[in-house]
Amino acid sequence: MTFHDAAARDFPAFSTDACIKCNVCNTVCPVSRVTDEFPGPKYVGPQAQRFRGPGEGSDAPDHSVDLCSGCGICTRACPAGVLIAETNNRARAGIVEERGSSLRNRLISDTDLLIRLGTPVAPLANIGLKNRLARWFGEKTLGVHRRGPLAPFSRRTFRAWWKREKRPTALEAGSDPSRTVVYFHGCAVNGFEPDLGRDAVEILERNGLTVIVPPQECCGLPFISNGLYPRAREKARRNLESLAQYARAGYRIVGTSTSCTHALKAEYREMLDLADDDATAVADATWDICELLVDLHDRGELDTGFAPIAESIPYHPPCQLKSHGIGLPAMDLFALVPGLRAVDSDHDCCGAAGTYGLKAERWQIAQDVGAPLFAKVRAAKAAGASRAACDSETCRWQIEQSSGVPTVHPVSILAESYRRADEAASEPRRRLV
Amino acid sequence: MPAGAEVDVVVIGGGATGAGVLRDLAMRGLSATLVERGDFASGTSGRYHGLLHSGARYVESDPISARHCIEENAVLRRIAPGTIEPTGGYFVATPDDPDDYLDRFPAACAKAGIETEPVPLDELFRAEPLLSREIRAAYRVPDAALEPWELVDGTLNSAREHGATAHRYRAVIGFERDADGSVAAVMTRDTRTGEEETIACRAVVSAAGAWAGQIAELAGARLTMSPGKGSMLIFNRRFSTAVINRLAPPGDGDILVPVHTVCILGTTDITGEDPDDAVVTEEEISALLADGERLVPGISGARVLRAYAGSRPLYDADEVSGAASHDESREISRAHHVIDHGARDGVGGLWSIVGGKLTTYRLMARDVTDAVAAALGNDAPCRTADEPLPEPAGHSPYWLGDRLAAIEAEGGGDADLVCECELVTRQRLADALDRRADSSLDDLRRTTRLGMGPCQGAFCMPRAAAMLDARRADGRLHPAAPDANVALRSFAAERLRGTRPIAWGDQLTELFLTAGIFRGTLGTDALPEHTGGDDAAS
Repeated sequence: MTFHDAAARDFPAFSTDACIKCNVCNTVCPVSRVTDEFPGPKYVGPQAQRFRGPGEGSDAPDHSVDLCSGCGICTRACPAGVLIAETNNRARAGIVEERGSSLRNRLISDTDLLIRLGTPVAPLANIGLKNRLARWFGEKTLGVHRRGPLAPFSRRTFRAWWKREKRPTALEAGSDPSRTVVYFHGCAVNGFEPDLGRDAVEILERNGLTVIVPPQECCGLPFISNGLYPRAREKARRNLESLAQYARAGYRIVGTSTSCTHALKAEYREMLDLADDDATAVADATWDICELLVDLHDRGELDTGFAPIAESIPYHPPCQLKSHGIGLPAMDLFALVPGLRAVDSDHDCCGAAGTYGLKAERWQIAQDVGAPLFAKVRAAKAAGASRAACDSETCRWQIEQSSGVPTVHPVSILAESYRRADEAASEPRRRLV
Repeated sequence: MPAGAEVDVVVIGGGATGAGVLRDLAMRGLSATLVERGDFASGTSGRYHGLLHSGARYVESDPISARHCIEENAVLRRIAPGTIEPTGGYFVATPDDPDDYLDRFPAACAKAGIETEPVPLDELFRAEPLLSREIRAAYRVPDAALEPWELVDGTLNSAREHGATAHRYRAVIGFERDADGSVAAVMTRDTRTGEEETIACRAVVSAAGAWAGQIAELAGARLTMSPGKGSMLIFNRRFSTAVINRLAPPGDGDILVPVHTVCILGTTDITGEDPDDAVVTEEEISALLADGERLVPGISGARVLRAYAGSRPLYDADEVSGAASHDESREISRAHHVIDHGARDGVGGLWSIVGGKLTTYRLMARDVTDAVAAALGNDAPCRTADEPLPEPAGHSPYWLGDRLAAIEAEGGGDADLVCECELVTRQRLADALDRRADSSLDDLRRTTRLGMGPCQGAFCMPRAAAMLDARRADGRLHPAAPDANVALRSFAAERLRGTRPIAWGDQLTELFLTAGIFRGTLGTDALPEHTGGDDAAS
């Protein structure tokens, strides 16, 4: 057993065996930095793990593990390769299995259901989301913090638009795996940010890729984060069923949410124990969109005709992106846009961690975790930035809500630059919308 | 006890048996004192596998032991529930285990009075998912995990409540004998201060276990012990929720016991080793891991925290000494024997109690106390099976999650942990020091589990040493307690001793980190060494 392969052990869930107790995880944890309620990743992870197991009426004698936001910074920092955040998440799932889950957690995890309910009545629902009385009521009855970052529903889902446009949902005859990609839009693009999906498709197509959008559901990450593994597995299995055929045939699966793509790449196997050939094929075929665009650029295939955007934009690389281990591809792409200066937030976590920052009892922690980031973003705005950029949706919503600065996905900035270039050439390409 | 004071009985050996004898004597109204050369339960009692035997292991090879075990199993659950985790146990047949033994096992258990129940394999694998799928049969038995330090501590506390005294770090250096050869006094020396003291007495019980031969020799009596070295491995976490035994005649690597946060794989059996020099060999480790693989596939790749060896107090009843071969040693009965050295060797007033098992410690104590009490004209009945031990040993059974649940109940967030691996709070350690102000760090380990987790003391030792030092400054530390620097260095040496044989993989990484902290950051090599005393058994 070598020093770094703890995560690769086949002896089940024993990466905690590799913990050398060094405390590095505790020094990098953004949650324990701001609250004494959370005893830190070492305590709730490799330490507590040794005390869990069948016992007097409880397999899970602890509760403070639920304070873990799941950002995963500990796992990345661990010099011994312990899957700390993953261990914590499994422990939370154990607690949920034993003691059940709140209605709130079951509801905020079920994004597909929320979208199904919210989209048809989007104008009304969005008034509710902005209404202080309604939000106060939501906090008191459900435990969703009245100032928790919730995005407004789109009036039409991305999938409905795709269908209306009669765009491909399956491979067409003669498809070329090197020129066709499968777009995994995730629930956020589908129900809240369809414009981002259109931007992504526009960029991919501009660079010669055919985009297909096969049937898919929420990746299941909100269920995973809330310890609702059986529900998460349902989502994961259906997605794998739909996506595996493309992965096996050599098609790349590309996503605009670094959270969803990380679920496909890692969580399905590391947390949900879906370690079959389908899961492996999908994991290996999945790309973050910026990762893919950088790859195209490396091959000399990316259209670099970006029009200038003379602006300094604060960019926050989300925790989930860092867990991909692919560097900061958005920064590489921003560098291709003349005049654009992207400034790395140099802050670990925005605090939102998916649904964590929504919860009434966690909201303040999430705010405190992200506070230095919000201050930086506000300072950037004061210095002239019109917006901030970030690759994961809940992080964007958190930053936008907490700093008051509009926050977009990096590809939306790239798409804008391409459009400006087209307009400047006075022969605008046909817009997708 | 002031020099020259007289007691009815001196008990030699502060393991479970000695503690049990002291308690029994005291409960019968005899005045008694116990001397132990190291810490209590630091010899064989503290170096066993942690199993409360059902007796099923010995149903064929040693039916007397088997019957003793099942009877005492029930007694201990009654009088010392707080020292027991009722894990239950399984006997499982692997493809390598003999069919005929499997066939005979249930009847043999029934004959010994041990309840067994066949367990369907799907049920077994649901309960114990890491067990080998090649296992082809399983029986449930009333095994459990037994915490030796709490048991000995509780037994001694009970003895003290009945007026007895017990002294650790007090070695026996000789005997005074009357003209007729019978013992009149026991000469002792404090292993830390060197102070000598002679305790006049009417009788002596040697409960020195594997060292009983040496004690007998000091008294001019004859006793051939045949200590069986048993080596065990401690893994970083549990692989099973219940005790797992191989359904075969007792052999190596055939038992896996979940004990607190760890599990222990045992046990080798090698005859005739010096009990003071019980070193775990590479061959033993390889054999244990190879056999462990038959129970839990993959176990040899898991993290091992420590290897240790205990010395079984085996006594060859027929004085058939030199049962040299490996296999023969298991044939020697594990049942206990009371030896009256007056009748046998002309050394009146000296009894040795040898053999037996930790599970049967109370029965062993009863039998030797019966003999001694009769000789001293005391006819009070034995009541040790009726009266529970005082708290916490007499409290309700413990379970794995106890400490975590307790800390979490108080909020969990900012628990003041000295030992993070075993969740030893500053308060728990302070209580242990209040109770025994002369404790070394290693002594504290036994009663608190300080330093027994994966880091083996790398992080908690300096914190605990700082506590000792603060107490020294406050004048709250016993004069005999070691200086904090000495304590730190000797504890490090002791922990390293048990880690060296298993220095590979994760634990080797940990060792390098520990060495970096101790030698690099703290400069422990320059600290004063432990002088005097005898920590061979610790």
